[in-house]
Amino acid sequence: MGLGGAEQAIETHGLRRVFKTRKQVVEAVAGVDLTVKSGEIFGFLGPNGAGKTTTLRMLATLLPPTGGTARVAGCDLAREPDKVRKLIGYVSQAGGSDYEVVGRFELVFQGRLYGMSLAAANKRAAQLIEMLELEVCADRPVKTYSGGQKRRLDIGLGLVHDPKLLFLDEPTTGLDPQSRARVWDEVRRMHDRGTTVFLTTHYLDEADALCDRIAIIDYGKIVAEGTPEELKRAVAGDVVTLTVAGPQQAALDVLKGQPYVREGSIEESAVRLYVDRGEVAMPAILRSLDAAGLQLLTIGLHRPSLDDVFLRQTGRSLREVAA
Amino acid sequence: MKLLRDTWLVFGRYFWIFIHNPAWVVIGVVQPLLYLLLFAPLLKSIASAPGFPRGGAYNVFVPGLLVQLGMFGAAGVGFSLIAELRMGVIERLRVTPVSRVALLLGRAMRDVMSIVLQSLILILLALPFGLSVNALGVVVVLALIALIGLLTASVAYAVALWVRSENSYAPIIFTATLPILLLSGVLLPLSLAPQWLRNVAAANPLSYAVDAARAVFLAHLGDPSVVKGVVIMAVLCLIAIVIGARAFGRAVA
Repeated sequence: MGLGGAEQAIETHGLRRVFKTRKQVVEAVAGVDLTVKSGEIFGFLGPNGAGKTTTLRMLATLLPPTGGTARVAGCDLAREPDKVRKLIGYVSQAGGSDYEVVGRFELVFQGRLYGMSLAAANKRAAQLIEMLELEVCADRPVKTYSGGQKRRLDIGLGLVHDPKLLFLDEPTTGLDPQSRARVWDEVRRMHDRGTTVFLTTHYLDEADALCDRIAIIDYGKIVAEGTPEELKRAVAGDVVTLTVAGPQQAALDVLKGQPYVREGSIEESAVRLYVDRGEVAMPAILRSLDAAGLQLLTIGLHRPSLDDVFLRQTGRSLREVAA
Repeated sequence: MKLLRDTWLVFGRYFWIFIHNPAWVVIGVVQPLLYLLLFAPLLKSIASAPGFPRGGAYNVFVPGLLVQLGMFGAAGVGFSLIAELRMGVIERLRVTPVSRVALLLGRAMRDVMSIVLQSLILILLALPFGLSVNALGVVVVLALIALIGLLTASVAYAVALWVRSENSYAPIIFTATLPILLLSGVLLPLSLAPQWLRNVAAANPLSYAVDAARAVFLAHLGDPSVVKGVVIMAVLCLIAIVIGARAFGRAVA
């Protein structure tokens, strides 16, 4: 797809970014090594403030890295930012369209900035309006758009020049479930057309459902990377959550020493145990609690989620951090 | 070539926004009109005071008013830029291959266009009050006002990109512009001022622009102060454009 054979869509080595304020020095991105393959949907998962947006903005030429190197769309980020700009699209969290301006005007203008003639830009705008189903609002000012319409327009602005690589920063944050599903569909369609998509999200289900591969980032560092399946498999066989009458700590103390429990913790006032085989562990757990005289209130068995991955790697639950 | 095309495109965008917001156009015309109607009549009585230049009250007052228009008209342009920063518009433009100089020049040209238009309206409105000018004089003064507008707009955009919030931008811009304007003799000629004030004003580049505009309107087009004023403004303008364009290249928002 124009990126040339074996060339990766993105390759970074030790990418760093330090922000200096009057009071302190903050290392927002602390040495990120990433490889994004051509044609995949790559998800950057992490809580707010983990360094997702900063990394994205560096890769999109908006922010110079403090250290490290990166190749984006086959070009050196530091030496050839202009070449990179021609090949990538970028949709920021804020969007990028002006509330006072008419959607179609924004699309045409954006096309012109990429060197299209007026006729070509008009044609492309019409194409995108049809593709993103913006016909009803395309000729109105953006301030009259619904949240979903505006997000689709913003994505359209990033797609005007048919980029090989598209960056989406939190593409579904603040959207209702229906609009969210529409954006997912749109991302999948881009994927089908061969576009590489690099998106950030703090939604676990989004990363799980949409992405071919994921990197989990926390405090500016990548803590895990792989397909959602690989990541979940690496955590443990199964997860058992249970609650007992009285303090949960008592149950955890009893169960943590058992041979079939790999790891345990208390999350959201429930005991959470990582076990190899849930169906074998459950009866044993019941017996152990009985023997200790603890009254079991609830118990559940489930496959590990990406939240379990995050929990394992960072010691915190992404649900809590994101809340 | 790319710079010209990009500047033209960016200008087109902001021109579109400008004409779709008639409030700005109306305010632009009403403001100078208020000065003419509510302030200029006061000049009649002091025009004969010692130290007041000869040549008619309006020929002394209107040039100052024009310079003020050039500066105040461009000082507030950063507000719209800050709003755009918040909407992500600037990021979206910066991620395209568009020239960074064009991002500044295109929008500053729109500001200059509106200022020149207002200036022209002001001159025309002042004619029935007793202003006397010739066509060449008008062209020279409008060019001077355009330079002042471009200079101020470039600085204003750089400041807006630097502070990124209205709450910091407003005090910086307005505390900076007021003394500059007062120390340039826009309202009344500095020939009325005590010596110390004249000495301070001599260090203010804008006072040379006011001198130049006044010389033109008092029919001294060949006066050396005209060339001096235009050259000083042009040089400062160039420096401001470089600073402003760099701010667009670096913008961290």
